[in-house]
This record gives sequence, structure tokens and C-alpha cells, in this order.
Amino acid sequence: MLFALEVAISGLLSGIMYSLVALGFVLIFKASGVFNFAQGAMVLCAALTFVRLLELGVPFWIAAGITLIVMMVLAVVIERIVLRPLVNQPLIILFMATIGLNFFLEGLAQGVWDAQVHGLQLGIDDLPWEPLANSTGMLISIFDLSAALICGVLVASLGVFFHKGRIGRALRAVADDHQAAMAVGIPLQHIWAIVWAAAGIVALVAGALWGQRLGVQFSISLVALKALPVLILGGLNSISGVIVGGLLIGAGEKLAEVYLGPIIGGGIENWFAYLLAMVFLLFKPYGLFGEEIIERV
Amino acid sequence: MLYREAGQFKTSYDADMAIFPIAQDRWGMIAIVVIAVVIIPLFTSDYIMGSLMIPFLIWGLSAIGLNILTGYAGQLSLGHGGFMAVGGFAAYNLAVRVPEIPILGTFIIAGLIAAAVGVVFGLPSLRIKGFYLAVTTLAAQFFIEWVFANFPWFTGGTMSMTLDTPSMVVFGYAIESTRDHYLLTLGIVLVLTLAAKNMVRSQLGRAWMAIRDMDVAAEVIGIRPLRTKLTAFAVSSFYAGVAGALYAFAFLKSLDITAYDLFRSFLVLFMIIIGGLGSILGSFLGAAFIILLPIFINVVAHNFSDQIKPDFITNAELMIFGGLIIFFLIVEPFGLARLWMTAKEKLRLWPFPH
Amino acid sequence: MRLKKLSLSLLAAAMVASIGTPAVAQDKKESDPTKEQFIPFLTYRSGPFAAGGSGTASGGEDYLALLNLRDGGINGIKLVWEECDFGYNTDRGVECYERLKARGLKGAPVIQPWSTGVTYALIERSLKDKIPLVSIGYGRTDATDGRVFPYVFPMITNYWNQSSAKLRYIAQLEGGEDKLEGMKIVNLHLKHPYGNETIPVWNKLAEKFGFEVTHIPVPWPGIDQKSLWLQVRQIQPKYVINRNWGVSCTVPLREAARIGFPRERIIGVWWCGSEEDVIPAGAAAKGYITAAFHAAGRDIPVIQEIFEVVYGQMKGNISAARVGSVYYNRGVVTAIVVTEAIRLAHTKYGVGPIGGEEMQWALENLDITEARIKEIGAEGLMPPTKISCFDHEGGGSVRFQQWDGSKWNMITGWIPPYKDLVREMIEASAAKYAKEKGITPRDCPPA
Repeated sequence: MLFALEVAISGLLSGIMYSLVALGFVLIFKASGVFNFAQGAMVLCAALTFVRLLELGVPFWIAAGITLIVMMVLAVVIERIVLRPLVNQPLIILFMATIGLNFFLEGLAQGVWDAQVHGLQLGIDDLPWEPLANSTGMLISIFDLSAALICGVLVASLGVFFHKGRIGRALRAVADDHQAAMAVGIPLQHIWAIVWAAAGIVALVAGALWGQRLGVQFSISLVALKALPVLILGGLNSISGVIVGGLLIGAGEKLAEVYLGPIIGGGIENWFAYLLAMVFLLFKPYGLFGEEIIERV
Repeated sequence: MLYREAGQFKTSYDADMAIFPIAQDRWGMIAIVVIAVVIIPLFTSDYIMGSLMIPFLIWGLSAIGLNILTGYAGQLSLGHGGFMAVGGFAAYNLAVRVPEIPILGTFIIAGLIAAAVGVVFGLPSLRIKGFYLAVTTLAAQFFIEWVFANFPWFTGGTMSMTLDTPSMVVFGYAIESTRDHYLLTLGIVLVLTLAAKNMVRSQLGRAWMAIRDMDVAAEVIGIRPLRTKLTAFAVSSFYAGVAGALYAFAFLKSLDITAYDLFRSFLVLFMIIIGGLGSILGSFLGAAFIILLPIFINVVAHNFSDQIKPDFITNAELMIFGGLIIFFLIVEPFGLARLWMTAKEKLRLWPFPH
Repeated sequence: MRLKKLSLSLLAAAMVASIGTPAVAQDKKESDPTKEQFIPFLTYRSGPFAAGGSGTASGGEDYLALLNLRDGGINGIKLVWEECDFGYNTDRGVECYERLKARGLKGAPVIQPWSTGVTYALIERSLKDKIPLVSIGYGRTDATDGRVFPYVFPMITNYWNQSSAKLRYIAQLEGGEDKLEGMKIVNLHLKHPYGNETIPVWNKLAEKFGFEVTHIPVPWPGIDQKSLWLQVRQIQPKYVINRNWGVSCTVPLREAARIGFPRERIIGVWWCGSEEDVIPAGAAAKGYITAAFHAAGRDIPVIQEIFEVVYGQMKGNISAARVGSVYYNRGVVTAIVVTEAIRLAHTKYGVGPIGGEEMQWALENLDITEARIKEIGAEGLMPPTKISCFDHEGGGSVRFQQWDGSKWNMITGWIPPYKDLVREMIEASAAKYAKEKGITPRDCPPA
């Protein structure tokens, strides 16, 4: 029983790590209705920039600051070159544009820096938390707990950002209806740049945390695949939804792998996460917290 | 001048319903078919036929399948690679276990099996829409990959799971050379393309488009969403299945689940968006863009391999490819097929545009 | 609209250019084709497996560059090569093969796919085109039986022999084969054709020695393996076999550290034994052991020479920091094998470009002796290898290396596999293939 609990807890913590990546998708979807295929590449971009700066001897916080600036500049450039000419085009076209962006960023990041594997140490140990290990025998990593904490802080601050102040109101207006927002004089371009920059910051945090675990390399852009079921389960435009989605998917897939996997052949995590999300969607087609679209004839 | 349709009158209903109502289009099409059937096999190398044309045709066929589902019926799917895998593995198992069935029959049955699987994974489309559906169909992709990797029965009991496809005989003629493979692929693709073109012009095709444009409204005017959506999934997966079987039998000549991975599903989606949603021609243009362009960039880039580090060339290729996708979308958001339409409109008036 | 016009004309221009370029490419180099030996390189320098692809290709190219710069090629025949980046996609790999196979006066003498999927896809093609398919340290194991697979060379060591050598090493550590009985071993493998390849041999070994093996599949790409390691923790195995590729090699080390499983008891495949696999795991990787069929490091004479000569003249193909890394040296080893075969072919067919059929003879009669290795300056880099028509592997012994936190150290000599047992399985598998394909095995004397 204790083992099942441990599986569930590790699942929840893994799920939070997925949420972190899903968060970037949600931000952009919320503000522009675009499913940003390039989010994985942005994670790669941010993490590579950060780790290469560290390797060049730049101190930790300055490197983080420079990376943030790079991601913001990138956001502005993307808005100017890719998104602005495509305003008011069908969403699938914008989606395709982010696919092009994905290839471009993959090439750019690996071309400017390199396609090698870089170690990244954030100074948080990926070892079990001893008091818990000694008292119950459960091995829960300090790193996972810290990541969960960071993710919680990030979600909370983005929630505040989206709800308070002028920018927050403008963001919500744009999320609600582009054209109406433009009509009342909200500068859509600025809002998009801000949102993409915020997604860049999220990408940096996700990239750094995943980078410590996997090493900074191309494969961290594949984390996006783990984030997708989380995303649709929580709802494409709900910030708090990613946390709930992450917890459900994480715990669900780990329990399935440990208890169901050995019976039917193992290695089922990948599709099980999607299947789980699908089952939820059959009851709530717009995710648990997503905005429901009411169709009228 | 060349492209003037003045003087071409439609005198019967049949003429009005022709696939290519304009004579020049008809001639153009015939010319393309003649080039594909006669000129290419006679005058080009095995490399062009075997490594460029065959994959181009197969991916074009697969893209038609997805275009029926996404472009015509409006259901976004990322499970297409999985359905191709079903076709490939079904064809292999049929060919090995039931060698009595002629190979063309094997392909058709493989397509039907893929269609059945497609219908099962299409069921959620009745409730789930848009990007939610797209992500859900990834479940199909991952699940199908897992099934073929997990149960050795599908791979004839071998653990390494990579198989050589058996040789093919069509009407007593052994398919051996690259040219034979090319012609076989071409034949199947031509027949299925014609079928698709006619299907989307039929009552079924119109029902799909009605569902795409607004499914609630379509339901109100009497189109049954369940049947319409599921036929779209079935037909789409049938095309995917046949394409998947050809991919293994006519191109790779080996069968390996990693050849149908998630990235293939994405590629097919890229093809139809770049080529043009809801266009048969667009499916082929998109396939050419996605499959042939990277090879072309690669060949060109290697002319500079003396001056530039190879690492950089690879990454530059990615950047050029991504950049071109964005460029074409900005220029023509509705795909290469629309670009062709625009060109055609211009040609009709040329050289006196006013 | 102006943009639209522009793009239309660009499209037209691109079409014209595409027709023109190949012609330009062909007559760009003015050189004597009878004095040049072409060698193709399939690689992947970007994407999830870039570390492996770029390291192996660059190592190979740099060795050829060394021969060109130092000796003016092989017997005066200059080596030329062309790279084709297939991004580890099977279909692009096949296209690359078709593109490069006819280059040079007599076509490509050899093809090295560096990917399991491409290797399988090329088995029949290479037979038809008569181009030897050389897969050193990967590929189709049962192709070791050269009687059935005349054009496939899984040289130096294959996966099944490697696995059995791992077991012999484990037995050594434990103090004898009798200690294996009742032991628990977990085979953590990628759920992928490559990952599944060694399942039968482990089952067979388990049957023979009475240990218990549990196969735990890792779903691709294996970036989160918590649930798998929770299972490992429940099974409590003595050893874990790490049979992964790319990022999924690294994750187990972290997970092991997290549950306190000693890294000294994780034994990896050589595709999980590069610097790129362990550096991201940081301290968690210390003590980790992998199999190896060649040494790493820059202190080997030939690697040192490449660094001085090739990089001294700025002709290197990769950042100088990676010279001497595991993947780089692997590329050098394969280039040595290929160039030695070309040398041998010169003795029979005369000095000049070598084609696939001539190369097949040379590879089948290749004997790289200890003395020759010393001459090349590859002492300690690679094992002596003797290929025959019966045995396309020509070795099979494996060494083990351990990561000490900063570099790989060899900790054993050459450990032989359970060759009889593996050979029996290989012959059975090859015979099955021959029957399916209607191939009559050639008659070769057992070596």
C-alpha cells in the first residue's frame, strides 16, 4: 500500500514537471487561440542559451537574465515577422506557421550554439528527501519537490498577471475576443509580444529544470509530447487547469505503468496518458477547466 | 493566350460535370500522366524513380487520405502515421500468412483493416473537436506503435521487429526492378486519386464539407454527423493504409514500426496545410514541398561543404525549411494549391489583364 | 499582391535552379576519377541523436583526411567522401544510400548506415547493388553468418555476443558462473527494434545459467522513467542492463541515484557509453559501467596524430574538443577497418578505385593483426579482427569501461562472449531467413 502511495506521489511530481511545459502552450493559446507547436523548440532555445552562457563563465543570475532578454527579443521578432502578417487568418494557418517556426528555431538554436549534450547543475540535488525516506521508506526527490514549488509559484504569479492591472485586463480582453479588443483600442501586437515573452520565460524555467535532469540537448524539446495530454485534460486555455491536468496524468500514467504495464507488456505510459485524457474529454469535451464553446446555428 | 477558354461550350450535363471542364486542364493532365507513365520510367535514373518519385507518390496518397479527413471533413488528426502502420503490418501479415491472395488484393484488404481501425479511433470525434481532437488522435498513434512493438505475432515472432517485405507478383508479373515498383505505385496512386477526386465531388463529399463548415448546421439540414464523420475516418484511413503498405513494400522494402513514427503523422499534416486544405492537387504539392524540398536543400547545401562546417549545413537546412514554410504561409495562407489557382486566373487573362 | 508575384517568380526561379544545380555540382571538381576513392558517409548531425551521428561521421572523415594529408591517400589514391544527413529517419537514409551509391568511378565501396532501421532497409538493396553493408557495433546480429548474408558485415562485435560477454563479466565480478544461479537481472531496454534485439539472447542465457531476467521496456523517448525504476526497486535485481539510446541512456543513471541503486551495477550497451550519456547525469553517473569495443581518449597515437595534423591545418570536421571522445574514436575505428580493406583490395585488384564487389572480397579476407594495429598507431584503440566468409564478425570480445566522474577508464581486458551458444542462435536465425528468402547458403569452411 505504501508502495502504491509512493508510485502515486512520484506520478504527481512527474505530472507537475509536465505542467511546467504545458503552461507555455496555455499562455499562447489563451491570448491568441494559437496552438503553439514551437513551444518545445522554445524550451530548447532557452535552455541551450542559458547553459552555453554558463559554460562561457557567465554567473548564474546574469546568464538567466541574458537568456530572458534573448527570449523576449525572440518574442518580439516572432510577433513582428510571423504573427503580424497572419492576423485574422484561420487558426490552422497560424498553427502551421508555428510549425515552420519550430523547424527554424531548432535549426537556429543548434546552429548558433551546437547540437551537443550539455550538463546543467542548478544546485538542487536530485536525491531522496532524507527525513521522509527514514521515517516511511518512501524515496521522494528534493529536486521534484522544488520543481513542484517553482511550478506553483509560476502558475500563481501568471494567474495574478492575467487578472490584475491594465495588462491583465487587456490580456483577458484579447483572450476573449480579438476583434472586439482591437475595436476598443487594445494594441493586439503588444499583447501578443507580451504573451510570447511570458511563454519564453516559462520555457526557460522548464528548460532549466528539465535540463538539469536530462542534460540540455535536443531531446528536451520532446518533453512537449508529455505536455500535450496534460494540456487537453486541463483545458487549452486554463492556467490552473494545467496543474490539475498534470497531477491527474502523472499519477494515472505511473500507476498504470507499474500495475497494468507488467500484465499487458509494459511501456504503456505514452499512450495511456493520451487515453486517460481522451476518456476525460468524452465527458468534458473542452477539458476540465477549458472554456466551453457554445455552437449556434 | 494559351489558356483561353473562350469557345469552349458545355453542351451536355456530362460535360458540365467533368473533372476538368477546361480543355487546357484536360490536356495538361494528360500530359502529366504521360510524363509520369512513359517519360519518367523510360528516361530517368533509378535514383529519381526509386528515391524521389516513389516516396513522393506514396506520401501524396497518404496526404489525400488526411486531406479527406481534415481538409474536407474538418476533423484534425495526428494519428495518420499510426493508420499507415496498420496498413503496412496488415499487408505484411496477409502476404506472409495468406500468400494465396494476390498482392493487389492484399493492399486492398490492408486498407480495409486500416479503415476499420480508423473508425474505432474516429469515434471520439463525435464529442471532441478541434485541437482537442488532434491531441486525442495522438492516442491512436502511440497505441498503434505500442501494439506492433509489443506483440511479436505481428512481426512474425522476431524480436528485432524489423522485417523484409516479401516479393510481389502482379498478374503473374514479378515486381523486381525499381521501374516495376514505380509503375505499380503510380498505378495504385492514379486509381485512388481519381477515386478521391470523384468522391469529394459526390453527395458524400458534400456531406463532409457541410460537416466541416458547421457540424451543428449540417445536422439540422439532415446530414447524419455520426455516419459522415466515420465515413471520413474510414476513407481517410483506407488511403493511409494503402499508402502505408506501399511505403513498406514498394519503397523501404522493409517493415519497421519506427518508419511510421509520430513524426510521420506530423509530416502528413504539414503536407496538407502547406499544399492546401481541401484540395487533391494540394496534397501532391504539399508532399513535394515536404518530401522533396529538404532533399533538394540538402543536395544544394552540399555543394558548399568545402567551405562550411557540416554541422552548420544541417542546421541551416532546418532553418531554410522552416523559413520557407513561414514565407509561403504569409504569401498564401491557403496553400500551394491556391497559389496555383491564382496563377491560373492570371494566365486566363494574360497578356491582356484588363 | 506584389509579394505574391514575387513568390511566384521565386518559385519559378527555384525550379530552374533545381534543374541546373546537379549539373553544376558534377563538374565542379576537376580531378582525375581514376585516382580517387569515394567513400559515402551517412550521418545525423542534428536532432535527438546528434551526439552519436556527428561524432562517428567526423571521426571517420578526419581519419581519411589524415591519410590524405600525411600519405596522400592510400597508395597514392586520394580519398574523397560525401556526407548525407538523414536525421536518423529510415526513409531519408534509404534516399541517401541511393543518392551516394553510384558516386566515384566504381560506385561506393561500402555503406555504413549508423542506424538499425536503415541497416535493415538496406540489406536487400546492398545485395542487389553489390555494395557491402558494414555495421560496426550495431545492425542485424544474425548477419554474422556470412554464408547467408554475403554483403552484410556486422563487424568486430554484434549485440548478442556483447550481451553474453556482459554476462561473463558479471560472472567474473561475482566470482564464477555458478554464482549466477538464482540471480536477478533487469534488462531495461528501449521499446524499439534496436532495444528488443537482445531479448532472445538474455532469455537463452537465463535458461542456461539459471538466473532470472526481467525485461522492462522503456517507451520512447524515455525522458521520464520513474515508474520503471519503481519496478526495479521492487524486483531488487543484482544488475541492471541499460540498453537505450540517446537521452534514455542518461535518465536511468539519475533514477538509480534517486532510489540508491549502485551505479557500479548498471551495465550499459556501448551506445549508452559515451561522454554525452553520462555528463548530463553529473555525479549520479560516477561508477557506471558500459561495454566497449574500442578505447576512448586522445592519448592513442593515431588520435593524437589526427589532432596534430588534421586540426593543425584546420581541416577538422568537428569542434576540436570532441576529438578523442567515445563516438569520435568509434568513427576512427570504422574508418580504419574500411581503409585497411581498401588496402587489401589493392593487393588483389591493383591500385585504383575499389568498387563494391572487390570490397566484399577484401572485407571477407580482412585480417587486422596486432602488429598492423601497432603500425597504424591504433594500439589499444581496437581489437585485432579477422573476418572470414563463415564469420562476418571476426572478434566478438568486449571490454568494459567505467566512468569516474570525468572520463572513461578501461577496467577489464578483452572478455570473450559465449560464442558457441550465440553462434548456434545466429545460425538458426540466419537459416530461417535463408528459407524465407529462398537463399542457398554459400559453402564456407568454419573458421
